[in-house]
Amino acid sequence: MKAGSNLEKILEAGKFAVTSEIGPPKSANANVIRKKCGMLKGFVDAANITDNQTAIVRLSSIAAANILLQEGIEPVAQMTVRDRNRIAIQSDLLGAAALGVKNVLCLSGDHQVFGNHPQSKNVFDIDSMQLIRMLKDMRDEKKFECGDEMDVEPRLFLGAAANPFADPFEFRVDRLAKKIDAGVDFIQTQGIYDVPRFEKWLNEANDRGLTEKVYILGGVIPLKSAGAAKYIKNKVAGMMVPDEVIDRMKNASDAKQEGIKIAIETIEQLKNMKGVHGVHVMAIEWEEKVPEIVKESGLLPRPTA
Amino acid sequence: MIVGDRKPMDEILEMLEPYENILILGCGTCVTVCLSGGEREAAILAGQLRIWGKKEGKNLNIMEHTIQRQCEKEWVDEMRGHVEKADVVLSLACGVGVQLVAEMYEEKAIYPGLNTTFMGYPVVHGTWLENCRGCGNCVLAHTGGVCPITRCAKSLLNGPCGGSQDGKCEISKDTECAWQVIYERLKKKDQLDWMNSYQPPRDWSTAGDGGPRKSVKIEEVID
Repeated sequence: MKAGSNLEKILEAGKFAVTSEIGPPKSANANVIRKKCGMLKGFVDAANITDNQTAIVRLSSIAAANILLQEGIEPVAQMTVRDRNRIAIQSDLLGAAALGVKNVLCLSGDHQVFGNHPQSKNVFDIDSMQLIRMLKDMRDEKKFECGDEMDVEPRLFLGAAANPFADPFEFRVDRLAKKIDAGVDFIQTQGIYDVPRFEKWLNEANDRGLTEKVYILGGVIPLKSAGAAKYIKNKVAGMMVPDEVIDRMKNASDAKQEGIKIAIETIEQLKNMKGVHGVHVMAIEWEEKVPEIVKESGLLPRPTA
Repeated sequence: MIVGDRKPMDEILEMLEPYENILILGCGTCVTVCLSGGEREAAILAGQLRIWGKKEGKNLNIMEHTIQRQCEKEWVDEMRGHVEKADVVLSLACGVGVQLVAEMYEEKAIYPGLNTTFMGYPVVHGTWLENCRGCGNCVLAHTGGVCPITRCAKSLLNGPCGGSQDGKCEISKDTECAWQVIYERLKKKDQLDWMNSYQPPRDWSTAGDGGPRKSVKIEEVID
């Protein structure tokens, strides 16, 4: 065991993992997080805590992860390289590990032009690839990025993102291979609507033996409306939504229910794909729907690690 | 070249408000080529200021002068006669030129007329693209001659992030994804090995993060 997290144990045992996501509030209100924990408890193996997603200031991911620990849900603390240099990241993750956080997701982070402080200075001292390697070396070699040694290392199960829908497509499996080489343990993919494109990426990863070296959790984002589907297709860089999905949302009598149905169907497909080891359900500001999605996908009860 | 944009007129007028004898100082090198601070632009600005002065009922003496380079002492020293006649110098050089003029004429009011923006080249007439940040540790040998430090919005070293789509950067559909360009170039040259292998964190101390930089060519130094 690398970190001994619940998520790691479930994946190591060869069981199909379920993770979800909690977006912290744009305030110091801990109760928002506690309420979302109440919705997810018993339905997921771990929950990601986003790190100022879309560069909008929110309660800190590590502080929120600590609240999850108090509530009995295992956190995956997201960490971007947008806002912190290597000094701050190492320090924050030593702190996270000391609090009992055992999973981290290493990300570049959305550029700050998208957020509510577009005039801020970004950092990008290291990139997400280098973040993975840095945390691996801290864990496995007990070494800081500079090479200095430490007594007690942060035992972290290391995650990263993969986006089969971004370009250049031919490089996307190469990039996965690089993340594996850097030391990643699990991958959560961008939200999947274009299943054939995802399969194309996955098949190449399978052919290259990569899915035997890393756990892949397929990303699923339930749609709330046809408008949201169109917005994601046209406005969100690095995402793809096929026209038939948009049409289904448009023609549905109950669009929200149709969105849930599409998510469940996608999970059913993912469950049967070689090389997929779990799902990551991102119900953005819709966390209350996660139990229904997990239940209807036949993924209950969640195994005890 | 070093590229700059002229400051907004309101800001220029605010700086010049207290003065009557004004020298508009053009620079004959980079900012001439990027059409923002050469002889022509100095003349245009001087004309605008004369009209403004008349409208405001001011008795202004607007002078224009352009030297070859405001970033070299010899040139800056030679124009002493022009500077002495003025109460204020509005330099249309890049920030380097403004600083040298300010250093050599400490007693004078020296103000910047441009916002220095970046180092780059023109992509089409009238449009310049930032290409180099002067990071002090050039990687162009490995990246097909495209700088990821400058042209990737996140200065990534290990390939494109998940926001690259249809050749564009996530920040704007008007911005090329540098890593898409790098990928295509390297593929053509059959040199994808570097991009496909792990690149460790950069030493940013050469990039200005180690404090102001100095370049010493020891064989050229005259004691």
